[in-house]
Amino acid sequence: MTDLLPDLLHGPDPDPATMAALHARLVAEASHRDLLDVAFTTLDSPVGPLLVAATAEGLVRVAFEAEGHDRVLDDLGRLVSPRVLRAPARLGAVTRELDEYFAGRRHDFDVAVDLRLATGFRRRVLTHLRDVAYGSTSSYSSLAAASGSPGAVRAVGTACATNPVPVVVPCHRVVRSDGSIGQYRGGPAAKRVLLDLERVV
Amino acid sequence: MQPFESVVQQHGATVLRVCRAVVGPDAAEDAWSETFLSALQAYPSLPPGSDVRAWLVTIAHRRAVDQARSRARRPLPSQDVPERPARGPVPGGWEEDLWEALRALPDKQRLAVAYHHLGGLPHVEVAAVLGGTPAAARKAASDGIATLRRTYRAQDDLTEGARR
Repeated sequence: MTDLLPDLLHGPDPDPATMAALHARLVAEASHRDLLDVAFTTLDSPVGPLLVAATAEGLVRVAFEAEGHDRVLDDLGRLVSPRVLRAPARLGAVTRELDEYFAGRRHDFDVAVDLRLATGFRRRVLTHLRDVAYGSTSSYSSLAAASGSPGAVRAVGTACATNPVPVVVPCHRVVRSDGSIGQYRGGPAAKRVLLDLERVV
Repeated sequence: MQPFESVVQQHGATVLRVCRAVVGPDAAEDAWSETFLSALQAYPSLPPGSDVRAWLVTIAHRRAVDQARSRARRPLPSQDVPERPARGPVPGGWEEDLWEALRALPDKQRLAVAYHHLGGLPHVEVAAVLGGTPAAARKAASDGIATLRRTYRAQDDLTEGARR
């Protein structure tokens, strides 16, 4: 005789709506008890799907698809806290501001940024990056000078290439002195899209 | 250590099945929520290389034991259980009489069935959760299944190929 009992006990898979409701309840209770250390969500954009993640202090990571979103989440789990949950509501302001930016309706971001993933000189460079205005560009060498180390042009390049919050902290506005576009965490094509977007408006 | 979101995605459905068999379909979602909230709290201190599913089942077990204790402390309303429960689907897709049959098992057998057959834990780990030896855990699970075969009538119907 076929043994059906284990299958019957197993039952059908819990339906996705049930699991989604349980997940939402977990997020709400975790937030309430300060157990949600890293909230993340994903959104579509002209530069492809973006993963955005925030701590209680602010936006901690923006990641392009090419970086591998799973790997980025693993890194966040390792470097910030393993208490990571998908929680779109916690990122409502971030996704709204990004949508406005990509629609050309926003030039500056108001959301708080948590730069804990950048330290030392790199962090200093990112702070100065926020002074490069929408629609303008800077060069690696002038950013090096602004950061107090005129000789550290390569280090500035590294700081831009490892910017944990691209788009919001505008490393795409830093181009090479010879006029070529230079490297970008999201790839040169994404950098081109962002520069064109800002030029059109 | 993988992000907790992956833990929920990988083990959420399994833990819900276990909760359903441990506390019943009606209380299963509350039990699931408490289990994952406790797990989230303790997660950063989980030793690397741990069996995450076994860990979750252990937490679900402790929560269920706590829940049963606090229920026992409260005076219960009169329990008028219908003589013959109506057959029909219950939340989670089970036929109601399957939960009735499970509920009638001695606790140790029901838990051993839940943790081994639904949680997928080897008998050694079931023993670690329930106490006792792995041999006793194996016997409890197989006794539980044997009883279910006698008491859960739809099993016969289905093996005969009869449709209700």
